[in-house]
Amino acid sequence: LSVCSRTVEPLEYYRRFLKENCRPDGRELGEFRTTTVNIGKCLCGIIIMGSITTADGSALVKLGNTTVICGVKAELAAPAADSASKGYIVPNVELPSLCAERFRSGPPGEEAQAASQFIADVIENSQMIVKEDLCIASGKLAWVLYCDIICLDYDGNLLDASVFALLAALKNVQLPSVTINEETGLSEVNLKQKNPLNIRKHPVATSFAVFDDTLLIVDPTAEEEDLATGTVTIVTDEEGRLCSVHKPGGSPLTGAKLQDCISRAITRHKEVKKLIDKVIKSITPK
Amino acid sequence: SMSPGDTSVLAGLYGPAEAKVSKELPDRAALEVLLRPKVGLPGVMERSREQLLRQTCEAVLLGVLHPRTAITLVLQVLSDAGSLLSCCLNAACMALLDAGLPLAALFCGVTCALQPDGTILLDPTARQEQEARAILTFAIASSERKVLMANTKGSCSVEEMQQCLAAAQRAADTIFQFYRDSVRRRYSK
Repeated sequence: LSVCSRTVEPLEYYRRFLKENCRPDGRELGEFRTTTVNIGKCLCGIIIMGSITTADGSALVKLGNTTVICGVKAELAAPAADSASKGYIVPNVELPSLCAERFRSGPPGEEAQAASQFIADVIENSQMIVKEDLCIASGKLAWVLYCDIICLDYDGNLLDASVFALLAALKNVQLPSVTINEETGLSEVNLKQKNPLNIRKHPVATSFAVFDDTLLIVDPTAEEEDLATGTVTIVTDEEGRLCSVHKPGGSPLTGAKLQDCISRAITRHKEVKKLIDKVIKSITPK
Repeated sequence: SMSPGDTSVLAGLYGPAEAKVSKELPDRAALEVLLRPKVGLPGVMERSREQLLRQTCEAVLLGVLHPRTAITLVLQVLSDAGSLLSCCLNAACMALLDAGLPLAALFCGVTCALQPDGTILLDPTARQEQEARAILTFAIASSERKVLMANTKGSCSVEEMQQCLAAAQRAADTIFQFYRDSVRRRYSK
């Protein structure tokens, strides 16, 4: 009689499921959780959710139980001296103590900081927003986009949800047109005339958890992440180019396994792109 | 301390020592990595690099042999002339070796720069890094040359990434030979 408890021996409990090629929540190894997206003020899916009306652009993404909300606020500032025709994009990922027990209140922990750096790298690598597009008058005025990504419920796979929320929120942003009055030199903001951002690329992140050096599972939950021996996150854009291969240590993988992850990431990208396009189409008539 | 070209990193390893009760893990050693930049205070970039280094070291370190202890690795950047992350990785591995900690495998860091014309350059200088289309850093393990850590900056195609990985795996042999020679020199006196 061997009773295997989920709380006493989580790894053994998981191994039993993995041997049958499935997971405790009923998913296959390569199956993603249901994704719901809520952009701006529309309703998608069965759940009606409000959105941040004070932000210039916002989106809420749910990957299973993991809930991430992204709010984008645009402000005006003078561009830096050495890059006079570039605006700024400042991402910030917050993991407040309400999303999971292990996050304490206080200064951002290592995970939040590493996630912020990852998002900044994704924006930079994929060139989804070119900073020159954010410049209004070279050397004088440029937009600063503060992207605040806050996790409301942490159940694993933070990076995927954050990238997705950021992309959806940026697509939702409407910037007022700004002109510089030549005589006075002051800027005039026209709130009635709004333009969307020019988003050149659509990066999508796909995360995998590595178990026992060989098994790869897609879209890990928090429990799976704790038990895993490593994680890999691949960010691809619509042309099949790799924007980021993020494997922060963990068990070693062969080149072939890495290639397998990349192919799955490319397939996932197509599904996510379809979802985003569907959501955008449902809000554009307004 | 490691100095490939002009990039220089000094690594100091302390441990296994007694851990604070709040930080100790019941079944393994708690590894902490601190990366100090040459100028300024450690920021978000340093934190993310610390996480990369920590998880890479934890993958090879046999922490279960030293439960409830703390191992601290401090890296100080002395000069940065390109390929900083791989220099830190190499310094970390040599520090682990020098301290005599039980390791499952060795690892080495290799940086590849993808130039605009498509050629692959290993261990780029700061200027080459700026001109490159993409910079990929890999940590390659000594057992079967598997990939322990991967970090990319800039975008590249899948084939280019595989080519860089293959080049990095070949270059790893030279670095592991260098480890052997250094250790032999140290202990032959």
